[in-house]
Amino acid sequence: MRIHQKTSYDDDLNLFKDRYQAFWYLALIVGAVLLPFVIDSYYIGEVVLVLIWAIAGMGLMILAGHTGQASLGHAAFLACGAYMEAWLNNKGVSFLISFPLAGLFAGVVGAVIAIPALRMSGIYLAIATLAMGIVAEDVIVLAEPFTGGVSGTFVGAINLPGLEIDRYANPSAFYWLCLFVTILVAFAYANLLRSSTGRAFVAIRDSEVSAKAMGISIARFKTLAFFLSCFVTGLAGALMGHFLGAFNYEAFLITVSIQMLLMIVVGGMGSIHGAFFGAMVVGFLPQIITLIRQQVSTNAVAGLDTGIFAAILVAIIILEPRGLYGQWMKTRIWFELFPLARRDMFRRHKSYLKTERLK
Amino acid sequence: MSLFVAENLSKSFGGVHAVDGVSFEVHKGEVFTIVGPNGAGKSTIFNLISRFYDVSTGRMLLDGEDITHIRPDEVIGHGIARTFQNIELFEHSTVLANLLVGRHSRRSANFLKNLFFLPSVRAEERAHRHAVEEVIDFLDLQAYRDKMIAGLPYGVRKVVEIGRALACGPQLLLLDEPASGLSVEETQDVAYWIEDMQKDMGLTILMVEHDMSLVAQVSNRVLALADGKPIAIGTPAEVQSDPRVIEAYLGMEDAA
Ligand SMILES: Nc1ncnc2c1ncn2[C@@H]1O[C@H](COP(=O)(O)OP(=O)(O)OP(=O)(O)O)[C@@H](O)[C@H]1O
Ligand SMILES: [Mg+2]
Repeated sequence: MRIHQKTSYDDDLNLFKDRYQAFWYLALIVGAVLLPFVIDSYYIGEVVLVLIWAIAGMGLMILAGHTGQASLGHAAFLACGAYMEAWLNNKGVSFLISFPLAGLFAGVVGAVIAIPALRMSGIYLAIATLAMGIVAEDVIVLAEPFTGGVSGTFVGAINLPGLEIDRYANPSAFYWLCLFVTILVAFAYANLLRSSTGRAFVAIRDSEVSAKAMGISIARFKTLAFFLSCFVTGLAGALMGHFLGAFNYEAFLITVSIQMLLMIVVGGMGSIHGAFFGAMVVGFLPQIITLIRQQVSTNAVAGLDTGIFAAILVAIIILEPRGLYGQWMKTRIWFELFPLARRDMFRRHKSYLKTERLK
Repeated sequence: MSLFVAENLSKSFGGVHAVDGVSFEVHKGEVFTIVGPNGAGKSTIFNLISRFYDVSTGRMLLDGEDITHIRPDEVIGHGIARTFQNIELFEHSTVLANLLVGRHSRRSANFLKNLFFLPSVRAEERAHRHAVEEVIDFLDLQAYRDKMIAGLPYGVRKVVEIGRALACGPQLLLLDEPASGLSVEETQDVAYWIEDMQKDMGLTILMVEHDMSLVAQVSNRVLALADGKPIAIGTPAEVQSDPRVIEAYLGMEDAA
């Protein structure tokens, strides 16, 4: 059992609870940086994909997990980032400029979408964003001069000053780039959460009435949440474009949006960790299932792997509504308190019924 | 001197006149209480001041400035904070986080600074935390600081509501039934806190409350409403003994 004693307000302001925690995260980062020296380049590609999903997941998490605004059309913002990056890259614009612009483009589109979305919440917002996601597929096809229409577009190597990164030619460099962006986004996200902006988002999620009474402009902060969420998702899209090399609208179908939402729900809503756990499940679990199944039988039954995958996801959601992150926390607390943990410690208290709310 | 003035306030919902021609003045530094049977329009008055509802007629002044048409999120900027009758806390946050939201109107860093958590942001966060800790000390919430609202007993939530409003650093505090559902001991705590807020913090308090012993203990003046109309105003004793007030409450009981 480890007892943590706080001695200053800074203990609550710091990113890490104490030196042990900081050490473990540092070790994780060092391990991640050294990964290409340890594993095969095929698997590095898989890890890159998980990182890109984690970035996209963090994007959606800002909006859905922390501001409470569901989006079922977030693949549209992945597309914004991917096509903008491809378009600028093909024009020879440096990645240092094209990458932020790709995010910015997605962010601005998101902020514009936010204007009608301000009047909606819950299921209505979900349906509206779903419709937007479906319309986006058609818009991509129609915007042929930029997107290459049905046949899609190519995107070249990432051009940094004095350095060209091609996903196949230098997989490690591409991996490090994605890792860097992932860490940067996670860092900024964590900063947001420990300051007034993040608190305003969570306030809007939990009670708009109270948020208003506390002086939070709902319109401004919802728009900001949409902007930041779509900006980050756009960055993920730009990297996704480079990962795919060539892509068309099929990379951004509505099923991708749903997969993103599924990812953060399974990972754990309302936590940055959740985006990472979710990305790992979505990225690795199908592969693991296939590997195990191949041990058992070599002839593939159509849909069996997907079926097992789906069953596992459903099981996670039913058994642990707070996602894998919730389970992770419980396990950690159990070890920290060992041997004092009690079985009912995580049971939700039933204290009172919410009476009619002022709306 | 009047801090807050309501002039001929009215609010109707379709055919229902929830508030009907109510005028009153709240003096600086006093505890002013609105009483009245259920559905009298007390909470509606609070919602008019918070600007959740638009007035049908009438106007509201704070320190002589017209605040009848400001945006809801500007109300706190004028130093008016409130609590809710049906607790409206941020359920999935800790007590500390809830109180820190109360500091929102006092923030100065924009989201770009927040993204990088610049030293100025850290300094600001420390200052917010300091202000919030004073509220925690005042309301004896130390034991609940890091607890999630979702797991707290009702009585504690009521206190956190008051704390969050206090953290805003208001000059006028609106308390909507601060003692409803509380035990006798908890109600007595609320009474002491209200006295301290008035005397030590120099706050002006506009309260809605049903518990007449609490009302009598802390209020300087009382306004009685029935069916949205003012029926009596004066000291607690005067209002309690006013025949129209007694009738309004008895009428309620007959109907019930
Ligand atoms: N949003 C609304 N739409 C329609 N009618 C409303 C609305 N808000 C309040 N009313 C009506 O206005 C009247 C006054 O309600 P209000 O909530 O102000 O009563 P109150 O004095 O606070 O009562 P209580 O002591 O029960 O809290 C009631 O008849 C109520 O039904
Ligand atoms: Mg009421």
